[in-house]
Amino acid sequence: MERKTNGSRRAILSGFLVTGMAFLSVTADVAWAEYGDVVINNQSDQAGMRPPIFPHWFHRIRFRCKVCHADLGFKFQAGGNKINMLKIIDGEFCGACHNGEVAWTVDNCDVCHSGKPGTPTQVHGSTVQQLLGTQKPSPKQ
Amino acid sequence: MKRLFATTLLGAALLVSSWTPLPTADAEGTGQGSALQFNRLMRSKEDRNPPQARDGIHDPANEGTNLLQTPQEAFAGLPQSPAGNYVNWVEALAKGAITPRYDRLNPNEEAVVFDLDIVREVKGTMPDVVYPHDRHTMWLDCSNCHPDIFVPEKGKNQISMAQILMGQKCGVCHGKVAFPVAECRRCHSKKKGGDPGTPPEAAAKK
Repeated sequence: MERKTNGSRRAILSGFLVTGMAFLSVTADVAWAEYGDVVINNQSDQAGMRPPIFPHWFHRIRFRCKVCHADLGFKFQAGGNKINMLKIIDGEFCGACHNGEVAWTVDNCDVCHSGKPGTPTQVHGSTVQQLLGTQKPSPKQ
Repeated sequence: MKRLFATTLLGAALLVSSWTPLPTADAEGTGQGSALQFNRLMRSKEDRNPPQARDGIHDPANEGTNLLQTPQEAFAGLPQSPAGNYVNWVEALAKGAITPRYDRLNPNEEAVVFDLDIVREVKGTMPDVVYPHDRHTMWLDCSNCHPDIFVPEKGKNQISMAQILMGQKCGVCHGKVAFPVAECRRCHSKKKGGDPGTPPEAAAKK
């Protein structure tokens, strides 16, 4: 009787071991995009568009944080700004510059909407993403 | 044996249900699976700053992806750093290697730089934290941090590494776009002063 219990415990343990190894091999597939790349996928998937990717590194070479995060009112939260194309065309958010005067216009859809379909909202390479192992938006401040 | 099979199956089912597929990087050029990869979480130098089409989140089938400036092209000649984008952004700005605008339209507007170092005495054995306002106001406006993230008053802000790691307080930027949290000594930079027996408050007053 006792031997049987030991045997089943060993079986359960090895089952978990096999699963664990499978998990490790699966999570080893990580993306290598730039630190701080923001994917916003609030509506894109439902709308059949690729999610837009905002490269922080590209923009910080040209503008300081203050311009977008103080003057234009971008909150420090990926997906937390309720941006949509109407607002952008009206000159809010990205549209403050992407209007043909400061930067190229919004009819270049696929330059922003360039993410792989299904990529969740995230700050790529962020500590929260690494710790939680999720690509979900970071928790609210 | 049947039980082993059943547990594995159950585990696998749990795994599949809990795991959201991560975007996978193109095997070519990422160094993944290389026999010499020491640590699967550590990038080798060749893997750093890949072009968008190979970075795992951009869609290489999208035409616009190939119109984007690549990180390596943009970072050429910028001061380097061991983490993040592998660029020392503060040094790049201070040395004039980049000249980002402080105003959306006016390229000549000067930043309002505020020079005040705040020393935070920390618990435990780590060196104290020096917060330099100047390096932050070169990029940011006071209103970005005050008063929502930090109350502008000494002793009014409880900050822990746990909060920072979860993206709060300093972690609103550090660990997302500013240098990562693993760069401990860039914040914890002031050796605890005084004799071993001196309380930290007294040491800071010296």
